[in-house]
Amino acid sequence: MTAGTPDAGHGGPLGRPAPGPAGGPAVYVQDLCKSFRVFRHRPGALGAVRSLVDRSSHEVRAVDGVSFTIQRGEMVGCVGPNGAGKSTTIKMLTGILHPSAGRVEVLGLSPQRRRKEVARHIGVVFGQRTQLWWDLPLIESLDLLRYVYRVPEATFERNLATFRQLLDLDLFLSTPVRQLSLGQRMRGDLAAALLHDPEILYLDEPTIGLDVVAKHRIRDFLRRINRERGVTVLLTTHDMADVEQLCSRLLIIDQGKVLYDGGLAEIRDRLGRERTLVVDLAEDGGALEGPLSVPHACEVRADGPRRWLRFSRDDTTAADLITAVASRYRLRDLTIEEPEIEAIVRRIYEAGLDSSSPAGSQGSTIE
Amino acid sequence: MRVYLEIGKRAFQRELVYRTKNLAGLFTNACFGYLRAVPLLAAFEARGDIAGYNLQDALTWNWTVQALIMVVGLWGGWEVADTIRSGDVVSDLSKPFSFLGFWLARDYGRAIYYLLFRALPVVLIGQLLFGLRWPHHAITWAALAVSLALAVSIGFAFRFMLNLAAFWTTDARGVGGLGLIASTFLSGFLIPLAFFPDWLRPVVQALPFAGIVQTPADVFLERVTGWALMGALGQQALWAALLLGAAQGLVVIATRRVVVQGG
Repeated sequence: MTAGTPDAGHGGPLGRPAPGPAGGPAVYVQDLCKSFRVFRHRPGALGAVRSLVDRSSHEVRAVDGVSFTIQRGEMVGCVGPNGAGKSTTIKMLTGILHPSAGRVEVLGLSPQRRRKEVARHIGVVFGQRTQLWWDLPLIESLDLLRYVYRVPEATFERNLATFRQLLDLDLFLSTPVRQLSLGQRMRGDLAAALLHDPEILYLDEPTIGLDVVAKHRIRDFLRRINRERGVTVLLTTHDMADVEQLCSRLLIIDQGKVLYDGGLAEIRDRLGRERTLVVDLAEDGGALEGPLSVPHACEVRADGPRRWLRFSRDDTTAADLITAVASRYRLRDLTIEEPEIEAIVRRIYEAGLDSSSPAGSQGSTIE
Repeated sequence: MRVYLEIGKRAFQRELVYRTKNLAGLFTNACFGYLRAVPLLAAFEARGDIAGYNLQDALTWNWTVQALIMVVGLWGGWEVADTIRSGDVVSDLSKPFSFLGFWLARDYGRAIYYLLFRALPVVLIGQLLFGLRWPHHAITWAALAVSLALAVSIGFAFRFMLNLAAFWTTDARGVGGLGLIASTFLSGFLIPLAFFPDWLRPVVQALPFAGIVQTPADVFLERVTGWALMGALGQQALWAALLLGAAQGLVVIATRRVVVQGG
């Protein structure tokens, strides 16, 4: 952590040589909290009247003590179930939402106090929303951004030309946005978020609702702008393939807390200790009654001659298991399924980090 | 400033897309302009002048207020509330411009469209059907331009604040509807403010709503001239500044407690 100076989170923190867009990490978040008051709605007409007089409410902690730092040029994937607090966190990073407690710094500035200044250095895409003018041709929205961000004409033209090519915009540049497909609109929104050369790009579910081809195209583009233009990217998603293909670092957030912050490979190694051996029995598998019996593994699924055996790295190795199975049954074919990151994350959502990890040392990777 | 000009330009362009909608609205305005003219004809035949209005003044007032409905957004417009409700507001709030300025610029673009493609045709229809009173002095046109610009600002600021209610309630239209009924009545749209009873007239004439419809109509009718004209424009300017200031204050409060719908 590089920005641990205890000031109020605005202006340039003490002790850092070059505050502002010049130096420091891209994003610095410490003990960030956001609570909302949620008013209870009583059912029925009478309940509605009662609610007017007696507005009982409770506090919901959407973000509950989140800390992380993102260095410039990183590409970080943030996952978590619906309502985990991902979007709320991003909204605090843009300055739209004000934290209830804790500190946010973007390029060394408080996005709340210096909203306009920070806005010039960030690009935001909210996958379920659009910043494009619905009724006007796409180019009108893009052209407006030149004035919104005061982009020099040469820079603007160059960027527009780049994105037209990378995102293949020419086909629908003069089509009203309301007539664009979701994939086209997303490409338009991505271009719109990047025309002013932001240092940081926040993407809130950028691939939501897109088909496979469109997703692939968007990921390709994001990889390029991260590598070639050095844009720091923080993306939230429900699609683990986004993270696997783009990010080397993963943030898992649930119930407003950071459950995991670290490398993708590490979490696979740490939590993905269970693998599955899939075997095809040589003789008619149907003749074999009941599950296969092998030490250190249990059959989790059967489909005729094909059987799935789950085993843990802690108990046995793949080689030993294969030997054991082969000595008892005649095999025609076998494969080993690596744990999918999706399954790992799902288990973390369901059971928390500790219970998924035998040597559970929660938080060791969180800052 | 250029950015607000460009925003206004796009708001104007955007209205151009809905030409059919405007044509339908124009037809409605013309119908109501005619329908409301009929009782005026009867009343003035029976009574002669009323509160300094002769028949032609009254008819001109009638067609002017019809023409202004869309220009000053008398009956609302819930786009701001809609973006708050849908959550799209986050895009506008994450831009390096003033949220109020963004919407004000959009409203001016919209207003100019409706001035050209709604107000002008409505007044011309009124002229063809009844023959209106046109300004006698060239300076009136300049004063009218200023008065209209201020009327748009006042109408916008009022509506904008009603829209911001969407930050607190999921149904801003409900709250706003009441406000719009008040402004319809108090702006001089239903009857000229001069027709109000003596005890009420000074009050309604001092309220900001007078600056939305009655003042531009008075300027066009040359019912206020010289110092009175300056006073009327000054009152409009004062209300415009106060309401825009209040709206900006409300933006600050609202965004501090913003709850973005839909996570």
